[in-house]
Amino acid sequence: MNRGTFLRLMPLGFALALGIQACDSTNASNASNKIILTGSSTVAPLASEIAKRYEKENPGIRVDVQSGGSSRGIADVRQQVADIGMVSRSLNDQETDLKAFPIAKDGIAMIVHKDNPVGQLTEEQVIGIYTDKINNWRQLGGQDAPITVVNKAEGRSTLELFLKHFKLESPKIKADVVIGDNEQGIKTVAGNPNSVGYVSVGTAASQVQNGGPIKLLPLNGVSASLETVKDETFPLSRSLTLITKGTPNESQQKFLDFAQSQQVHDIVEEQYFVPLS
Amino acid sequence: MSLYRSDRNLVFVLQILSAISGAVLLLIVGFLLLETLPILQEIGWWRFFSDPAWYPTSQQFNITPMVVGTLLVTFGAVSLATPLGILSAIFCQYYAPTALATIYRRLIELLAGIPSVVYGFWGLVVLVPIIGRLHPPGPSLLAGILILAVMILPTVMLVTDSSLTAIPDHYWTGSQALGLGTWATVRGVCLPAARSGLITGVMLATARALGETLAVLMVCGNIVQVPQQVFDPVRTLTANIALEMAYALEQHRAALFVSGLVLMIGVTLLVLLSELIQPQS
Repeated sequence: MNRGTFLRLMPLGFALALGIQACDSTNASNASNKIILTGSSTVAPLASEIAKRYEKENPGIRVDVQSGGSSRGIADVRQQVADIGMVSRSLNDQETDLKAFPIAKDGIAMIVHKDNPVGQLTEEQVIGIYTDKINNWRQLGGQDAPITVVNKAEGRSTLELFLKHFKLESPKIKADVVIGDNEQGIKTVAGNPNSVGYVSVGTAASQVQNGGPIKLLPLNGVSASLETVKDETFPLSRSLTLITKGTPNESQQKFLDFAQSQQVHDIVEEQYFVPLS
Repeated sequence: MSLYRSDRNLVFVLQILSAISGAVLLLIVGFLLLETLPILQEIGWWRFFSDPAWYPTSQQFNITPMVVGTLLVTFGAVSLATPLGILSAIFCQYYAPTALATIYRRLIELLAGIPSVVYGFWGLVVLVPIIGRLHPPGPSLLAGILILAVMILPTVMLVTDSSLTAIPDHYWTGSQALGLGTWATVRGVCLPAARSGLITGVMLATARALGETLAVLMVCGNIVQVPQQVFDPVRTLTANIALEMAYALEQHRAALFVSGLVLMIGVTLLVLLSELIQPQS
């Protein structure tokens, strides 16, 4: 009797669970009082702060911010499961179907431990380090110690930008540690005096301000700071961008205007990014 | 068989509840299969073990180094934690004064309650720099083994401890009457009697080690390679999913689900194995 009942009940359990799952997927809202943003985990914290202020000033409107990488942002906007995408780079030639609305700028800085005597790196040296042609700090004028190369995981736009700037390919990189987010990268470099990594300038600068044992290296003689990112002299920088598919509708446009306006410059600076003037 | 009406209602409710729990497992397996079927049909099983390397964005999907990494980390941690856990349970049960044993047991329970992210953080800021000074780079197979061993030690210790407690008193008195010493009794009587509990403890610990993600992700270095020595960094299947899932699309995403499926198959084999070596009662 037991087994028979169980078999009869099993499809019910399935149906229930499937039904629950079907409700789970996010759908782009047609209702004009809800805006969904997905994409870059670098932009997401900034976008959610902007969204909070926007919701406060426009009661009745909800802005949902979900993080998941720049490529996710682009895919979601194309499939219209999100209203606005967030990408931590400019759009490229294959992405002309999308409209870009830059909201801030950020740079990527090479970081080493504070006690490392090496004061700066040229682009050739960075390429040498990441392709394992240079593997001891002595070759760069530092101590006799092997270099611990910290790299980002596949699919992250910071890695993409780094590869593009140094004209490298992912399989050529010989890393010793692969990390996920900026914080983990900084912790790893702070804990190992012989390591080198690259993270967002803003995140690194805020860590230095709070006494973290790391330093940002100048690249090609240009110091890595929010100022050099702002005046566009720092070579490795990117714009944080919101994107839409085609022309945004009225409520989306209103949010985009707000995100690009002077009203949010203090939020951009609080998140250690550079506002666009 | 005749049941009271209240019993019948209870049985009905219980049946529904267990059907739901069972359905959840089936649903997860079904979901994994559903997500992986397209890529398995398109490029086949074999490519996941024969491709030159793991560069999912360039269509290379070799997960073998991560399977090896997962097995090595798990095996290392279990072979460290098992003797430590069993011996400390024996100490607690038969040698320690009652007060000390109680305090010790509470301490181990506390160890079991520490969230894995805290272990990972501790590993990243304390353990990894120490290993880095011994033998750079620091994040390594060894760091993963040590962190996992500390994490699963309480499972082995507490399960062993409670199965030793469950041994009937007359086993002990009988052995004493035969003139056997404490160690002889523990080795010859208590451990064999608690064998099933010991195996369960080790299996639970192994399953936890296999599935642990965050701590391992933070201390292992996450390089996709078959390690040549304990100081080399490794990436486990779980860390691979956690690192790349949020950023993966299409085939890359499907390949991560294959990582999950392989892990699931591993755990299934583990459960079957424990059924096989468990003494039949």
